[in-house]
Amino acid sequence: MTKQIVEMMVNGETREVMVEPRELLIYVLREQLRLTGPHVGCETSHCGACTVEINGKSVKSCTMFAVQAQGAEITTIEGLGSPDGLHVLQESFKEHHGLQCGYCTPGMITRAHRLLQENPNPTEEEVRFGMAGNICRCTGYQNIVKSILAAAAEINSASEAAQ
Amino acid sequence: MSAHKPLPHDAARLHVTGAARYVDDIPTPADCLHLAFGISSVAAGTVTAMDLDAVRSAPGVVAVMEAADFDVIPDCSPSNHDEPLVSDGTVHYLGQPLFLVVADSHLAARRAARAAQVSYAETAAILTIEDALAAGSIFEDGPRVYTKGDVTAALAGADHVADGRIEIGGQEHFYLEGQAALALPQEDGDMIVQSSSQHPTEIQHKVADALGLPMHGVRVEVRRMGGGFGGKESQGNHLAIACAVAARATGRPCKMRYDRDDDFLITGKRHDFRIDYRVGFGADGRIAGVDFTQYVRCGWSMDLSLPVADRAMLHADNAYLLPAARITSHRLRTNTQSATAFRGFGGPQGMVGIERVLDHVAHILGRDPLEVRRVNYYPPAQAASSDTATGDTPGAKTGAPLDTADLAGRGSVRVEGSSGGGRRFGAAYSPAPAATGNTTPYGMEVEDFILHEMTEALSESCDYAGRRAEAAAWNATQPVLKKGIALTPVKFGISFTLTHLNQAGALVHVYQDGSIHMNHGGTEMGQGLFQKVAQVAASRFGVGLERVKITATDTGKVPNTSATAASSGTDLNGMAVKVACDEIRARIARVAAPHLQAEPEAVIFDGGMLRADGAEMTFEEAVSMTYMARVSLSATGFYRTPKLEWDRIAGRGRPFFYFAYGAACTEVVIDTLTGENRILRTDILHDAGASLNPALDIGQIEGGFVQGAGWLTTEELVWDAKGALRTHAPSTYKIPACSDRPDIFNVALWDRPNREDTIYRSKAVGEPPLMLGISVLMALSDACAASGPAYPDLHAPATAEEVLRAVGRARA
Repeated sequence: MTKQIVEMMVNGETREVMVEPRELLIYVLREQLRLTGPHVGCETSHCGACTVEINGKSVKSCTMFAVQAQGAEITTIEGLGSPDGLHVLQESFKEHHGLQCGYCTPGMITRAHRLLQENPNPTEEEVRFGMAGNICRCTGYQNIVKSILAAAAEINSASEAAQ
Repeated sequence: MSAHKPLPHDAARLHVTGAARYVDDIPTPADCLHLAFGISSVAAGTVTAMDLDAVRSAPGVVAVMEAADFDVIPDCSPSNHDEPLVSDGTVHYLGQPLFLVVADSHLAARRAARAAQVSYAETAAILTIEDALAAGSIFEDGPRVYTKGDVTAALAGADHVADGRIEIGGQEHFYLEGQAALALPQEDGDMIVQSSSQHPTEIQHKVADALGLPMHGVRVEVRRMGGGFGGKESQGNHLAIACAVAARATGRPCKMRYDRDDDFLITGKRHDFRIDYRVGFGADGRIAGVDFTQYVRCGWSMDLSLPVADRAMLHADNAYLLPAARITSHRLRTNTQSATAFRGFGGPQGMVGIERVLDHVAHILGRDPLEVRRVNYYPPAQAASSDTATGDTPGAKTGAPLDTADLAGRGSVRVEGSSGGGRRFGAAYSPAPAATGNTTPYGMEVEDFILHEMTEALSESCDYAGRRAEAAAWNATQPVLKKGIALTPVKFGISFTLTHLNQAGALVHVYQDGSIHMNHGGTEMGQGLFQKVAQVAASRFGVGLERVKITATDTGKVPNTSATAASSGTDLNGMAVKVACDEIRARIARVAAPHLQAEPEAVIFDGGMLRADGAEMTFEEAVSMTYMARVSLSATGFYRTPKLEWDRIAGRGRPFFYFAYGAACTEVVIDTLTGENRILRTDILHDAGASLNPALDIGQIEGGFVQGAGWLTTEELVWDAKGALRTHAPSTYKIPACSDRPDIFNVALWDRPNREDTIYRSKAVGEPPLMLGISVLMALSDACAASGPAYPDLHAPATAEEVLRAVGRARA
């Protein structure tokens, strides 16, 4: 099949890839760009392990063609922070034990990041429903919710202090 | 000292940044090939013709392997040599691998696998329990039977006798990371395998067998799994073997991962059960005798079904002293996926059986089910005997609150008080001590029973009695929505019932700079094993955790390991690491002691220092000194669990080192018009001994409860009449989501040292909390019972449909 060139902005860098029209974005991210933080869980958009941010929305990258990402601005978990410089949410998931096997974690944090952009001061109920598209099989979600609420509180108090 | 501290998971920093590598994330050489199975589309019969031309000519395909390509088809079974890698012509279930495609990409392999033209001569599939019983399709020579006392006489002499039946569905593991393996061919025919497996030694053994190599020709490495839950104890064998034989055939690295639908269709799940019971009991609810018949659908191959079925029998008593009992277990061979290990390993199903019996008894007598449960409890533990009270319990932890500052605000019901057993609870409905004896139906003495105190503490902290009265008042006035509440206990036996598996090894190196490299046979699947064991190592050397490097499980470092299963990971590997650390520590102490003007035994390792009688030196100085003295800074450690003696055929002995306990109280509401239901509140009190890491343990408890509740409520596996699993993706198989939670969820640890000498007196915590989920099923039963006079006979999973049916039965 004829390959196409797709140009996208990934974690702040312009990247150009050659893709087949039916290639899914998750595979292009993982295999061509070596961004293996987003994981393949179910390949049917139910589990959320592949969640990335595209043009300001949470997207399950296993159900989007790479060609649809032409010109898009994409943030993966790798774009939020690094092991030596954690984002507030990443620090919070670590400190509040918001993970066990860790496989869902990149998708969880990426989704939580967008959730807090949409709603900077969510109630527990809003977090629970806002995260309902991301499945975790290990934690029972308690510590995930706690991590997100703690991060929201920290971000809000930091921005208040800045004002 | 880091033991007992609620520290984060060792790889948390990597997990939260996406930098933690799973098998599919490992960079592969450019010539790596990718594999997929072609699978059968019928459940039983023979393959009459298989045309693979279109598969071979599909784009990207490098090779196709079928039965005829092997002199001997590699076997994938962990037990019985009955699982050929690809079908030998006989089809045993819908989803069975028939051939293997080797292609230049994952997608190419999967696409090609669908191009096969296969014809079958179908035979009648054995799918149900009735089918299997009628056909005599069983494993072993007949049912296993464990007995205690004279059940027939006990039933004949009882005031009341009741019969019943409960169907208990299976469960898909749904580890978020599907099965995966990668094989890298080495010089001289050797093979290195990366596998997402709970059992690297088994992978090594099976791959070596498939390649005709001694085990030393295969090295297996497992850094982590994205969840296991028992589903990666044996089910990863096929992928690792497929990769190895394809790598051998092509000379190129080979990787395989199942996509989610294939994972559902090919791999085994939790065993589904039917349990029939006849129980005799008195007017006070005390059981005189119970006769259980457990029917276990094992699927097409033996896999781990025998020990799973055994463990179900071993938990048919749960927390209750049964004066007379007979447990009959039928292990049925069916044309379905081969049911396998799943967190609890049969224990949960056996436990649901007895909890159902007590619920039924209480309903007949019109008594509070908790009262009936408590009257049947085993007698309380006596104080530990002196020989078990001398273990290594540093820091005099007994009864002292643990350092759990970050758990504050969790709404926990931390229970303070003196440690140890023996205290009788004093609520209004306290029963007299149970009838004589403390012996299980398999002849083991229950010496450590602490559920009287735990039940008392939990029922008070969650106001069981008050809320039960409120629910009754609500139900008396509300015609549509009915509430139910139940408090159920867990007593779970800790040890592999195959006694020889209760062993573990460790390898510890201390380098010249004072850094420590730690390895053991356990695998990390998210449970925090590596973190807990690192805390042990850091504590033994009295150094900070940052000094300890936790490395991937590797069959080349620690050989002959057991699966990380049966909740035993920390108990076994923690002890083995402790032994290795203590060996090195003693050597360092001998070298350093003269410089501290002390005897080696007087040297204390603490705070990164060696101290004795006021003299001290840094750990690095002591290590360097030991190296210069030409003394080894490397040691292996080995541990075997004591006290075990078990005859699984006779059903007699001591299969377990100790029991782990827990109790959960759950309140639910159901809609009697639709069957829709919600968990309103759950309170849990769980026994992790003197917890090695309270944060990780509470994580296991919360996750285990939710997984158990999912098993018994929304997670329904549906096979159609042809044996096709129709629920083969998360679109149709419903595991709990973030929004499906109790409105109120309180979890607390029962922080008391294990009376047995385990690692820092902690207790295993992997599986037991799953069974706390039984409180949800029993609360739903209670709510259904509130809709009518009859017993609702609620089956599991209690989906909305099943709740609606049970409401109908209650009203009949």
